[in-house]
Amino acid sequence: MIELVKLSKRFGSLHAVDGLSLSIQRGEVLGFLGPNGAGKSTTMKMITGFLPPTEGKITVLDYDVVQQTREAQACMGYLPEGAPLYPDMTPRGLLGFCAAARGLTGQARKTAIGRAIERTELGGVMNQRIETLSKGFKRRVGLAQAILHDPPVLVLDEPTDGLDPNQKAQVRALIHEMSADKVVVLSTHILEEVEAVCTRATIMAEGRLRFDGTPVELRKRSRFFNSIELHLTGSSEGAGRAIEGINGVDSVQPIETTDGNNAMRIFPRDKQALLAPVTALISQRGWQVEHLFVDPGRLDDVFRVMTRDGSTEERESSSAPGGPSPLGKRETPEQLTSKS
Amino acid sequence: MNGTLVVFRREFAAYFSTPLAYVFLAFFLVLTGIYQWAFMGFYNADQASLQSLFSGLPWLFLALIPALGMRLWSEERHSGTIELLLTLPISVAQAVLGKFLAAWAFVGVALGLLVSEWVTVTYLGEPDHGVIAASFMGAFLMAGAFLAFAALVSSLTKNQVLAFVVTLVLLLVNLTVGFPGVADWLGAVLPSTLHQAIKDSSFLVRFDAISRGVLDLRDVLFFLSAMALCLFANATVVDLRKGA
Repeated sequence: MIELVKLSKRFGSLHAVDGLSLSIQRGEVLGFLGPNGAGKSTTMKMITGFLPPTEGKITVLDYDVVQQTREAQACMGYLPEGAPLYPDMTPRGLLGFCAAARGLTGQARKTAIGRAIERTELGGVMNQRIETLSKGFKRRVGLAQAILHDPPVLVLDEPTDGLDPNQKAQVRALIHEMSADKVVVLSTHILEEVEAVCTRATIMAEGRLRFDGTPVELRKRSRFFNSIELHLTGSSEGAGRAIEGINGVDSVQPIETTDGNNAMRIFPRDKQALLAPVTALISQRGWQVEHLFVDPGRLDDVFRVMTRDGSTEERESSSAPGGPSPLGKRETPEQLTSKS
Repeated sequence: MNGTLVVFRREFAAYFSTPLAYVFLAFFLVLTGIYQWAFMGFYNADQASLQSLFSGLPWLFLALIPALGMRLWSEERHSGTIELLLTLPISVAQAVLGKFLAAWAFVGVALGLLVSEWVTVTYLGEPDHGVIAASFMGAFLMAGAFLAFAALVSSLTKNQVLAFVVTLVLLLVNLTVGFPGVADWLGAVLPSTLHQAIKDSSFLVRFDAISRGVLDLRDVLFFLSAMALCLFANATVVDLRKGA
């Protein structure tokens, strides 16, 4: 439904987006992750026909966005970054304007506005000037405007930015509910959001794609994936060395604790599952376990590694568990103390 | 519904959704009143004409139109709503035209309020209705040209105050070169063809011609083409600089 081919955007000497190619299908919720200035918003602005690409091609539902901008825009709903709205209008006025601009008239317009209001729960503020609304309501007006014409393609630039946890959950539920028969492209800073709503996660940095896969795959990239955090009480002399002897264990790193427990993190070789052999050893030796935790992988860890300079592959190999990566060493103490 | 009309309706309503419109209209009426009665001596002239009103109008527009036009695009770009507007299935040309027409129509409302003066002079004497009608038309055309220029400047910056000042200064220059004293001086120092070209492009000279009751097609075309030129440039600027 959306096809980006070698898309580039330059602002003077700055490569905001650099040779981005992506294909997004119906039913997919694609999340753009990336640090500020990675090119996420610029990409979305190009998809929605606001900015023309310097190079490359964008196709939305068989429409070439550059050549057939209005046809493409007609089947897209867009929430720009920061949800800009006309402050002196009411939500009713704004939605009326957008509906008219999208060619909805009479009963169709009424129905569309009614449905958008219902979905975004704007009923109570429809006649209040937008400038007097809270940030959460403004965002919802922006969302209502985007979904007004029930478009097959939704492009949402940081849809939950600035919302409180309840509102975030609400917006995510809304996206989830609508995503079945649509293409949704969204950007976010919040890593958990990708897991909560996206079927596909991409990481952008410096205008390029650094990762493209499912949120679970993203997590698996973490060097903490399938590592086991183990806290033992009582006598457990030599536990670390014994565990290191298990087949599949790459390394065991001690964790400093304040309660005198014997705590360690067990890194598997090639991220394999270790729970069974580790628990077998524990029961065989009769150690007292205070706490055992299999790490599902940490998104922030993956995010940081992938958005640093240099290619993904390079970072990936150098950040392997227990490897001689300066990055790994620098981050380990902080990570471990914050975890326990 | 046509994109131009949709934008026109939103913009026109936007004027009246804030006190801006009412303040502007009140200001406009008070200033025309002061000008006409206090400075031009409407009663002392003892003439059933609105010459005293229309001769001052270019200078009044000079102050008021930049204020009206400064927000047209600067505000959109400053607040980011330009992204909302231009990702609706509306073309840049439609947006430019819709916004301009709304502002122009608003000036039309302001001029419409001056019809009361027409009624007054008709009650007091026997004015030349042809001259007054031509003057109203000339004033409307001139306001359109001012506005189109203000819209163009507004599209060049996110800063409304800057848009206001630049528009005002450039329009002031345009009016001044057509002002009799200055025009004569320019005629003395510049080559005659250049002087003629400058004089011909002054809104003031064109407007004076119309407000004398001579509705020359060339003057009408001058204003219309000035508007078209500014709006074309406006659309081009919006298209090129929307992401900046």
